[in-house]
Amino acid sequence: MPKVVHSKIRELESKARVIRRHIVEMTSRAASGHPGGSLSCADILTVLYFHKMRHDPKHPEWPDRDRFVLSKGHAAPALYAVLAESGYFPVAYLKTLRQIGSSLQGHPDMLSLPGIEMTTGSLGQGLSAAVGICLGGRIDKKKFRVYAVVGDGESQEGQIWEAAMSAGHHKVDNLTVILDHNKLQIDGKVEDIKGVQPIADKWRAFRWNVIENVNGHDVSALIGALDKAEKNSGSPSIIIAETVKGKGVSFMEWNNSFHGKAPSKEELERAIKELE
Amino acid sequence: MAEVKMDSTRDVYGKTLVELGKKNPNIVVLDADLSVSTKTSLFAKQFPERFFDVGVAEQDMISLAAGLATTGKVVFASTFAVFATGRAWEQVRASVAYPRLNVKIVATHGGITTGEDGVTHQATEDIAIMRVLPNITVVVPCDSIETAKAIEAVASAYGPAYVRLSRPKTPVLNSSDYQFKIGKGVVMAPGKDLTIVATGIMVAAALEAKETLQKEGINARVVNMHTIKPLDNELLVQCARETGGIITAEEHSVLGGLGGAVAEVLAENHPTPLLRVGQRDIFAESGKPAELLEKYGMTASDIVRAAKELVERKAS
Repeated sequence: MPKVVHSKIRELESKARVIRRHIVEMTSRAASGHPGGSLSCADILTVLYFHKMRHDPKHPEWPDRDRFVLSKGHAAPALYAVLAESGYFPVAYLKTLRQIGSSLQGHPDMLSLPGIEMTTGSLGQGLSAAVGICLGGRIDKKKFRVYAVVGDGESQEGQIWEAAMSAGHHKVDNLTVILDHNKLQIDGKVEDIKGVQPIADKWRAFRWNVIENVNGHDVSALIGALDKAEKNSGSPSIIIAETVKGKGVSFMEWNNSFHGKAPSKEELERAIKELE
Repeated sequence: MAEVKMDSTRDVYGKTLVELGKKNPNIVVLDADLSVSTKTSLFAKQFPERFFDVGVAEQDMISLAAGLATTGKVVFASTFAVFATGRAWEQVRASVAYPRLNVKIVATHGGITTGEDGVTHQATEDIAIMRVLPNITVVVPCDSIETAKAIEAVASAYGPAYVRLSRPKTPVLNSSDYQFKIGKGVVMAPGKDLTIVATGIMVAAALEAKETLQKEGINARVVNMHTIKPLDNELLVQCARETGGIITAEEHSVLGGLGGAVAEVLAENHPTPLLRVGQRDIFAESGKPAELLEKYGMTASDIVRAAKELVERKAS
């Protein structure tokens, strides 16, 4: 495995802090949105967009690009932040999140914004779409990879397992799913509401290559897991990324009240201080 | 009546898919474990690398179709109408209609003529729940010839489409040189006293009703309204103006389908006496298709009865 140089790791870590600042600023300004689950997948999206994926913000329709599907579409602020920082649209536009007339819809809308590969927001559907993209690539003998981020709360949707079965059956090894395993959902702890454990065994049972116990906030660990997934052949891969909801802002961490609630002005100030 | 040729719309669907598949390498077909019934099995046999059976998982099928469409594929997704539209409605909405992806949902076993399988398998609300979605074209062909033309038409027009086919063989009403245009209704028979606006298998019933009405001195116009969305408002208003009364006939609930759509257009543009022939607001049951159509009021004589009532209303 090629060693990723130390400076690159530092660069990605600092980029992830920028993404987190965008997330809290955007949602606070919009006074709505889902900061908790956006913060939990911020490192994952940062590593994908600034290290792993082959994509070209100048040519969003490049046929050979890798694709990303945010199946947990409510983490849209994280996706918008990485797209803006990648250069798909100006960073200043992030201010328009959820405002009338903006392309930054509450959940990702592929028709209104370049770089969005699939419209998502209704949970479970994005994973099926990701499998469809993989099969399209297979028919055309394309080399692109498809990445998707799925939530643990989302894993209560039946469609996740329908899609998991399709991917396993059709052996779509050009697919890497990252489970944002932050253990919380709107109504409380996932294990209290409707437990999804043992989650890794479930994916294995659906014929997936499972890479588990990956620290979803450790850039090197994520890179290692993504490389490992890419080398696997004959089955789709899932990385079980252990994450913290609200990661990076002390009072938002492990706090499910920030699932669908934006930080107030005062909370934003505190958050930004912590993220500097 | 002269002897009519009977043909299967779903057989023709399968054959048309194969022809399209030969011409266009981007045609991909999905099915949810009913490929032998929907006839997508014909395509599967010819182009196994472009066919995916997703198993009994209609919701997965629709979103997966959407993903395939993002890679430039023209995706046909088939199963029984009640599952394609009802079971997977929100997938059709969020994964296909909202992002306006090139997915063609072609469902067989539309309506009550699904028959013996009973209510769970009879789609009688599908037209209503599909036409309410923005961006989607909704077509209900009246025979096998129109089916072939409609499938070709939706394949070449970008965007989401729903095409509803039947289980039993149906009378062939059109000739092979028939020209089909999405959104353009067809006057099948002239008339001036009222217009029967029918869709799907009810077009044949409407033509039969016209003959009966003729004998009783009522001259009914018959329109094949194969496209429910976008609806041919112009033709409807013209018929309302010229004949002063409209009967709708559909193998579907009278709520929200063709009858509902026509009522909306007439009420806003040219208020006209209207009677809807279709399944009343109840669930049906198991039975032979012909028995069900008779018991639940979707035959030529039901249209005749409605036409007479309409003529009386117009006179009073």
